Amino acid sequence: MDGVHDLGGLDGFGPVEHKTVEPLFDEDWERRTFRFMVGSLGPLGGNGGMFRHSIERMDPAHYLSSPYYEHWLTGVTTLAVEAGAASVEELERRAGGHFPLSRPDRGVLPGDLTSRTTPRYAVGDRVRVREWHPSGHTRAPRYVQGKCGTIVRIDPAANVSDIEAHGGGFVADPLYSVRFTSRELWGDGGADGETVHVDLFERYLQEA
Amino acid sequence: MSADHHHPQELAPVEARIAAIESVLVEKGILDIDAVDEIVKHFEDNLGPMNGAKVVARAWTDAAYRERLLSDGTAAIKELGFSGPEGDYMVVVENTPQVHNLVVCTLCSCYPWPTLGLPPKWYKAPAYRSRAVREPRKLLAEMGTVIPDGVEIRVWDSSAEARYLVLPMRPDGTNTLTEEQLAGIVTRDSMIGVQRL
Repeated sequence: MDGVHDLGGLDGFGPVEHKTVEPLFDEDWERRTFRFMVGSLGPLGGNGGMFRHSIERMDPAHYLSSPYYEHWLTGVTTLAVEAGAASVEELERRAGGHFPLSRPDRGVLPGDLTSRTTPRYAVGDRVRVREWHPSGHTRAPRYVQGKCGTIVRIDPAANVSDIEAHGGGFVADPLYSVRFTSRELWGDGGADGETVHVDLFERYLQEA
Repeated sequence: MSADHHHPQELAPVEARIAAIESVLVEKGILDIDAVDEIVKHFEDNLGPMNGAKVVARAWTDAAYRERLLSDGTAAIKELGFSGPEGDYMVVVENTPQVHNLVVCTLCSCYPWPTLGLPPKWYKAPAYRSRAVREPRKLLAEMGTVIPDGVEIRVWDSSAEARYLVLPMRPDGTNTLTEEQLAGIVTRDSMIGVQRL
């Protein structure tokens, strides 16, 4: 989905608030949330794609205004409610106040559920990223959809997140690292001597 | 229902929210706190940039290891004992006088846990994720790392399976250092690519 999580290239966020050293968890609730995700996602029937999409479905204002581990808390709790393991009413009673969750899943399971493992493209091939802006989970960032690049590496075929996230199970697809020039991505606003590499499933790509 | 801005109740503090969902799932037998706590302790005690630093120091001192690291990062890193979730498929990208590499995850927070641990806050925050792919040279300069105009910047967006580790250039004047001493000068930021040593 073209959600607020898909941040590549957006302006307006200001300088990076960089620290050289920081504790693994600043506060105990962050550690508890990390533990909650690690221990609950599998037993709730979730997977990596579902987890990421549960965060992508957060209200955009909530996503941008909350600390990182609150994303995990909101997303995995949403999955627990959707799996019938908890109810909003019970959670709000125990928490003593409003417990915001993510919005309902508007994603649609992709139609092509064929597993493929033999790569169609070779290193050096020019490809264009399909432009389809799905309403569900995808690992094709908005900033490369429709853009042309060059295959620079062929990775082992892997599980397509777009399918796993919407209940389609494990479907493999060849996977590539694709190099884009800054000028291709950002036009006159780009720069020479800068390239961006994005790892993309074969089903995201077409011949340039 | 879920994102209801007109909800009558006040927002519960985040501490109360994690306590609520944790207690529900523990009561239902879905979440086993003690078992998972061991995993969290493993992250706290054993994972972190000190692991990646050992990989870099080995590559600086052992040419054959460096070759293996660049051709099959996962296997070479596992030789030193580092593997596991978010490190199952590792790609190591090498800085040279002509090329500087920078790692980001624009969609979420993908990061090589076995070699660097859990990512720092700024790596997961919108400013870094949005700008690293748009204006990396400017961003790095702002962060105190000036990459000369003649040096190509290659940004790696960890959008699928690969997790990236930058192999920094070995600084001049380190010829007399042992492998262990070299590991001591390798920083987390140099292995993400936001710093040159």
